[in-house]
Amino acid sequence: MNVFLQRYGAQIARLTFEHIWLTASAMLFACAIALPLGVLLTRRQTLAKPVIGVANVLQTIPSLAMFGLLLPVPFLGERAARLAIVALTAYALLPILRNTYAGINSIDPAVIDVANALGMTGWQRLRKVELPMAASVILAGLRTATVTCVGVATIAAAIGAGGLGELIFRGVASVDNGLVLAGAVPAALLALIADGLLGIAEKRLVVRR
Amino acid sequence: MATHGVEFADVSFTVSGRPVLRGVSLRVEAGTTTALLGRSGSGKTTLLRMVNALEKPTSGHVLVGGRDVAAEDVIALRRGIGYVIQETGLFPHMTVERNVGMALELAGRSREEIQSRAKELLQMVGLSEDALKRYPWQLSGGQRQRVGVARALANEPKVLLMDEPFGALDPLTRAEMQTMLRDLLRRARVTTLIVTHDLEEALYLADRVVLLENGVVVADLASGEVRDSANEAMRTYVAATHREVSA
Repeated sequence: MNVFLQRYGAQIARLTFEHIWLTASAMLFACAIALPLGVLLTRRQTLAKPVIGVANVLQTIPSLAMFGLLLPVPFLGERAARLAIVALTAYALLPILRNTYAGINSIDPAVIDVANALGMTGWQRLRKVELPMAASVILAGLRTATVTCVGVATIAAAIGAGGLGELIFRGVASVDNGLVLAGAVPAALLALIADGLLGIAEKRLVVRR
Repeated sequence: MATHGVEFADVSFTVSGRPVLRGVSLRVEAGTTTALLGRSGSGKTTLLRMVNALEKPTSGHVLVGGRDVAAEDVIALRRGIGYVIQETGLFPHMTVERNVGMALELAGRSREEIQSRAKELLQMVGLSEDALKRYPWQLSGGQRQRVGVARALANEPKVLLMDEPFGALDPLTRAEMQTMLRDLLRRARVTTLIVTHDLEEALYLADRVVLLENGVVVADLASGEVRDSANEAMRTYVAATHREVSA
């Protein structure tokens, strides 16, 4: 074990950092797109079905196929990490979008009615009432998206984007289970830690009614 | 507290081709309380919600203080009107203090002013200061409704709208709330429109009682005239309320 860590320790640390960087970047982009879009859908309900439908379709594309499909795209194809982040962002969209939409839509209509009757502007209603009340549901979406991204990011190594998948692919190619585990165990731990931390935050944000 | 009269001028409202209100004309004098009475679906809630522009008439005009609601800035209009509903609509993620002070927070008042007004309002509705830091789920139904009333009065509204405010309460709490509200309304003299099914509640709280049937005003009487009214629709409503249960 010690020999293994001496040999691969630095590599595991570097690839873990790369893995976190890929996932975190994708989550940032996904939040920046899906949160405002989810809010917009609550204001334009007729758009909800087609937009969530598109996000749903993105989610069903197998990850390896998604990376392959994006490869010929100019600008993206030039750098593997860039391409991986775009693909991971696409995967993270649906849970955040769906939960933002559902979280806001599930607020008691009487509460929204009173917020309007108090003379709140649309922005005040969103900031003071809707987002705080939907926060735990939105965070649940963020949690699902993060765990999905951590998992899918391992496949990004197939296009040379780095991350812990690199160890897994090398291990598979050289039939070295130790190397496979050196990639898989930290990736699983990352997913578990992200899930646990976001789960705690989600519970704290639950609004008692 | 400067209060405004409310007027409905030939107001109609249609939803998916179904008429909810048909040519309603009604004047509510400033500083008085008017009860809108009628069975479910008679259009009384829709009429009430037109005053603060939560619903817009298909035709006709609603005037508050002589000014057409349709021509007013909707945000400014709503901030001058108190609104209480049966479900209370309290914000569950906010303390009682923040709920009560929300109208003042929106008006940009200082934290100190909001705190002191919230205390004063809670006292007015018969709640102790201890309730300030509690959340709605920590209160009983009656306490929540008191907070709802306090919140509606926070900004010294020109008009107060109440939609079956005590409909979900048990009879004893309901009676307590009615006593509290009558006392408050007498002191504040704010123009109040209250929607209710309950004739006794209407007579206890209101100066005038307006009966709606299928979107039409069928009776508009002073409270004192209701029981002995010759108006057929009102007589039927009174009779239904006082029906004896035979053994």
